Amino acid sequence: MIAPVKRLRIARQINGWLFLLPAIALLTLFTYWPAVKTLVESFYSTARPRRPAHFIGIEQYRQLIDDPVFWQALTNNAWYALISIPLATGLALLMAIWVNDRIPGRALARMAYFTPTVLPMIAVANIWLFFYTPQYGLLEQVVSLFGGPPHNWLGSSSSALIAVTIVAIWKEAGFFMIFYLAALQQISPSLAEAAALEGASRWHFFRRVQFPLLMPTTLFVLINAIINAFRTVDHIIVMTRGGPDNSTTLLLYYVYQVGFSFWDTGYAAALTMVLLALLAAISLVQYGWLDRRVHYR
Amino acid sequence: MSAPASRSPYAPKGGGLLAETAASWLLAIFWILPLLYAVWTAFHPAEFSTRFAIDAPLTLDNFRRAWAAAPFARYFFNSVVLVALVFGGQVVLCTLAAYAFARHDFFGKGIAFALVLLQLMIMPDVLIVENYRTMSTLGILDSIPAIALPYIASAFGIFLLRQTFKSVPKELDDAARLEGANDLQVLLKVYVPLAKPIYVAYGLVSISYHWNNFLWPLIVTNSVESRPVTVGLQVFSSGDQGVDWAIISAATLMTSAPLLIAFLIFQRQFVQSFMRAGIR
Repeated sequence: MIAPVKRLRIARQINGWLFLLPAIALLTLFTYWPAVKTLVESFYSTARPRRPAHFIGIEQYRQLIDDPVFWQALTNNAWYALISIPLATGLALLMAIWVNDRIPGRALARMAYFTPTVLPMIAVANIWLFFYTPQYGLLEQVVSLFGGPPHNWLGSSSSALIAVTIVAIWKEAGFFMIFYLAALQQISPSLAEAAALEGASRWHFFRRVQFPLLMPTTLFVLINAIINAFRTVDHIIVMTRGGPDNSTTLLLYYVYQVGFSFWDTGYAAALTMVLLALLAAISLVQYGWLDRRVHYR
Repeated sequence: MSAPASRSPYAPKGGGLLAETAASWLLAIFWILPLLYAVWTAFHPAEFSTRFAIDAPLTLDNFRRAWAAAPFARYFFNSVVLVALVFGGQVVLCTLAAYAFARHDFFGKGIAFALVLLQLMIMPDVLIVENYRTMSTLGILDSIPAIALPYIASAFGIFLLRQTFKSVPKELDDAARLEGANDLQVLLKVYVPLAKPIYVAYGLVSISYHWNNFLWPLIVTNSVESRPVTVGLQVFSSGDQGVDWAIISAATLMTSAPLLIAFLIFQRQFVQSFMRAGIR
């Protein structure tokens, strides 16, 4: 009996690999190979007519350190993340708590919060571009109604980054809300009854019971928000093209600009490596957290 | 989602309820306002674009003009082909890979799985420069397969389906094999039917994502024959339309309409799919 069982096991082994093969092939072609190639390219000069690419060591990275636009993109991206992430997460939690309570019209409110999530970012950007338009836009009209001075929200470098950050918050908060809503509904109602018997205030109940129980959701939402902050630039392309004066240039937008407007692929590779390193760091935090969560289960 | 829970002692009452209702409505109105503004502009003549009057006449003229001004029919067709190609490819590849990870022991499985998960971190969205070069080498720049290919082997899809397949009782698998089903037949007869809700959830998420995707299609396409609606909309609204917001708003709503309408009809499925796919 041993021989057929063994043969069966070998057959299962081969089948396992065969089933995996198509996916691995495409992953190799469009994820692993380009990632490795990016690293290699970042040590070469960009090929120009009559001057093929040649090895230049860390020259691209040296250029990167001296490039004020790179540093500005990095700073912009940091601010963009630092402002959009806490606000989107906080609003998501607030929305979830509100629509979780039995208030009148909560289905409509939930729909209003979630709708931006299903819109394409490019459509969202167009809608907000119109909303922000100087003189005609709704925002300007409301501001002037209250006697405020006219302001070109996207046209001045002091407000453009905030303006695109608000768009990101608007798009994301409703998406994160549904995770909080699901988590809130899993909290046992007996906890609220017990807390009420102890005479805890609602704030105290939220602070000491609900919020800690929502922690895994908060971490999940934060990780997603951070990743999104580094990989979504559709609205930048539509609304500002990185301007004015690079004040809304995010890292991935700069990669796009260097790679496809300046066609400096060597330098774009070095920039991409920075972006990949950032994403890797975020993932390490995520896997560290996921591991812990599995252990405590 | 709306299952009536027993009334919590912390449920707001009286003045608290009033304040909370008012606040949540205010936020909801603020939240939907930019979209309503676009709807207003799209359905009224241009002279009312930025002027609000109760008696402003409704019109579909902006939609008609937008539709006529750019090959939107072709863009829609391209987008439908794109999302079908991506999701079709994802279903086949991810199902097979997930089956391998869930129910097969083979040499190098652990390493292979770690490699697959790596894609959650190194996303195709970021590798635009090298993937462009690859498409150029393959000679398929400016085609719909070029937009789709980097996304077909989806680590996310493999992971999601692997979790689902792992939860299928082993007894069902054994029973099917005892009846003489081979490896592939077991997958198709036992695992795939049981994972149907997951396929629906994954489908909604995948289709939304790829209908809405913009940066990569913008880079890799260059002609009417391959552009999806998102890129078509951008070409249209940044082209020689000037600032005719009535037409741009109409075009914007038009491109979002399929998902928006589907969402309004199947709200619950959308929310649950996004949630299921997110939590995993």
